[in-house]
Amino acid sequence: MMKAATLQLETLTCPSCAAKIEGALKSLNGVDQGSIKVLFNSSKVKLNFDADTIALDDITQAITKMGYIVEKSVVK
Amino acid sequence: MQHQILRNKNKITVISGVLIALGFLSLWTVGNELVFEWALIIASILGAAPIAIQAYQALKVKVVSIDVLVTLAVTGAFLLRNFEESAIVTFLFLFGAYLEQRTLNKTRSAIKELTEMAPESALKLMDDGEYVEVEVDEVEVGDVLLVKTGAKVPVDGTVLSGEGSINEAGITGESIPVGKEKESKVYAGTILDNGTLQIVADRVGEDTTFGKIIELVEEAQDSKSEAERFIDRFSRYYTPAVLLIAFIVWLFSRDIASAVTILVLGCPGALVIGVPVSNVAGIGNGARRGILLKGSEVIGDFSRVDTMVFDKTGTLTMGAPAVSAVEYYGENIPEALGYLASIERESDHPLAKAVLDEIGETEYSVVENTEVVKGGGIVATVNGHRVAVGNVALMVKENVVLNEKAQADIARLERQGNSLVLSAVDGELKILMGVRDQTRPGAKEHLQELKKLGVKHLVMLSGDNQGTVDIVGRELGLTEAHGNMLPEDKSAFIKRLIEQEGRIVAFVGDGVNDSPSLALANIGIAMGGGTDVAIETSDVVLMNSNLGHLPHALGLAKATARNMKQNILIAVGVVLVLISALIFSDWMNMSIGMLVHEGSILAVILNGMRLLSYRQKA
Repeated sequence: MMKAATLQLETLTCPSCAAKIEGALKSLNGVDQGSIKVLFNSSKVKLNFDADTIALDDITQAITKMGYIVEKSVVK
Repeated sequence: MQHQILRNKNKITVISGVLIALGFLSLWTVGNELVFEWALIIASILGAAPIAIQAYQALKVKVVSIDVLVTLAVTGAFLLRNFEESAIVTFLFLFGAYLEQRTLNKTRSAIKELTEMAPESALKLMDDGEYVEVEVDEVEVGDVLLVKTGAKVPVDGTVLSGEGSINEAGITGESIPVGKEKESKVYAGTILDNGTLQIVADRVGEDTTFGKIIELVEEAQDSKSEAERFIDRFSRYYTPAVLLIAFIVWLFSRDIASAVTILVLGCPGALVIGVPVSNVAGIGNGARRGILLKGSEVIGDFSRVDTMVFDKTGTLTMGAPAVSAVEYYGENIPEALGYLASIERESDHPLAKAVLDEIGETEYSVVENTEVVKGGGIVATVNGHRVAVGNVALMVKENVVLNEKAQADIARLERQGNSLVLSAVDGELKILMGVRDQTRPGAKEHLQELKKLGVKHLVMLSGDNQGTVDIVGRELGLTEAHGNMLPEDKSAFIKRLIEQEGRIVAFVGDGVNDSPSLALANIGIAMGGGTDVAIETSDVVLMNSNLGHLPHALGLAKATARNMKQNILIAVGVVLVLISALIFSDWMNMSIGMLVHEGSILAVILNGMRLLSYRQKA
């Protein structure tokens, strides 16, 4: 089942952070690649994912592993 | 370990700065080269650690980031035993990143303040009849909520009971208290200044007007123009290219020092950050005033607008008829006003409301024998007097004498586009009122400001007859005014301007029945927003009907577009100067390169920040 997630990250300060996070998310199985939006100024990530293949926790983990804190996440 | 290092980046920056200072101090005071060298070696390793970790993480996801360039450069300098360079470059890079973060937060502050106005909790009526504080996310449509003085309205809703006044600045950008009572609509994110309201939730969360504004602004600040997408594509290849060039230089000259210097000089920092910074600061400035600009593409187009087309009713005019002039004749005027109000109070004629609003509080009398004269007005008996209220034809029919002054007044008011309401008591003219849909206060001045900002053509389109339209057009100093236009005529008119005359057209409307025009124009501007359709179809939303926000919006768009260009110029200029200095001079080195580079990043951020305090000069 496809779900839409919005993740609020700590403040992003370099545009290359956005590129890095996007890269990390693209490598995840179950995330709809075309839906990934890393909003640099509002420090948010929006994406659609298949809840049967991947859990929100795995997505949060992938971002945390890159060194960015996920402050809040909402799934719809 | 990796996280520990990244978390403590700021501490590492301070320590490496202190070590560098100590090193130089011991060299210059006691000439101790051993202390100098070791202080710088430790500073280099310490400072390089977080940069190297970031570089490694980026490479893992196939991104050649600036960190990669800097890590290689510092490693190179270190291996060449040039500890001075390696220590200073790492320190400058870290310190620069810290300053970037601080200043960047400032440019984002305006939008942050807006999002922080989002309500967090609500007092919800539970099954047991008690109000309990719950998270705003738990409120559903149909829930009954209590809003106390000083609290934020948590959802869009309708007042069930209670009275109060609300500051709607969060929605309209104007800090004016608005009275609310039973049946009034209230909006999420607004603040109840006084009173207590019981409301029922109509829309919650992202569906509220406030939620939509937030989403729109957040998307807008990160939306990318064609130029920005180009820069993004460019920088994706640019950093690997710098790496390649440095490698080629090393291959041919076998000079590692020059090669690593190129790595530092080629850093693209200011270029990638310059445009987003202008964008976020400009959009933030507008959002604070209830002016929503939907992204940098919109800003670019809006700044080049040469023709502005206005819908008349509700945009340039108030949209409701009001008394514009009053003349009195003879004596016993207060009584006459009372009689007029008493009669109009019972009428549902559109002009009656305007007349009542004008008279205000008065003494009402009993109205008898009311007789409606078709196409003329009303004749009735009030307090034993025969009172006639209506147009000139009715006065003639009632044999009311119109003296010279009255005739002159009538002619003047008609010329100004008024509908006339005359009142006669016992066959004697007492009151003459001119009623019309008045232009918005300050409309003329604000339109002149638009002209000063470079809008050559100011056009008004209206469904009203050409006579009325001409009068308003002259009064406001418009270049063109066209009447008798249906909504489809309006959109056809705009299409012609764009396609045949090559103009860049902005259409300003209230979004009620002009969505096709809003969508068709290069820039659709919805005024007095709040309606969902208007927010969605337009490019610029003015949350309230104050025309004064229009020149500000245009001026802001122009200033923001200019600011973006300046930032691109600064960024490209700095790289060109650095590279040519490396080729043509002998004083250029890595540390100077990094200093100039970080300086240029701060320069573009500070330049962008100026937009936050932009004000339209009157």
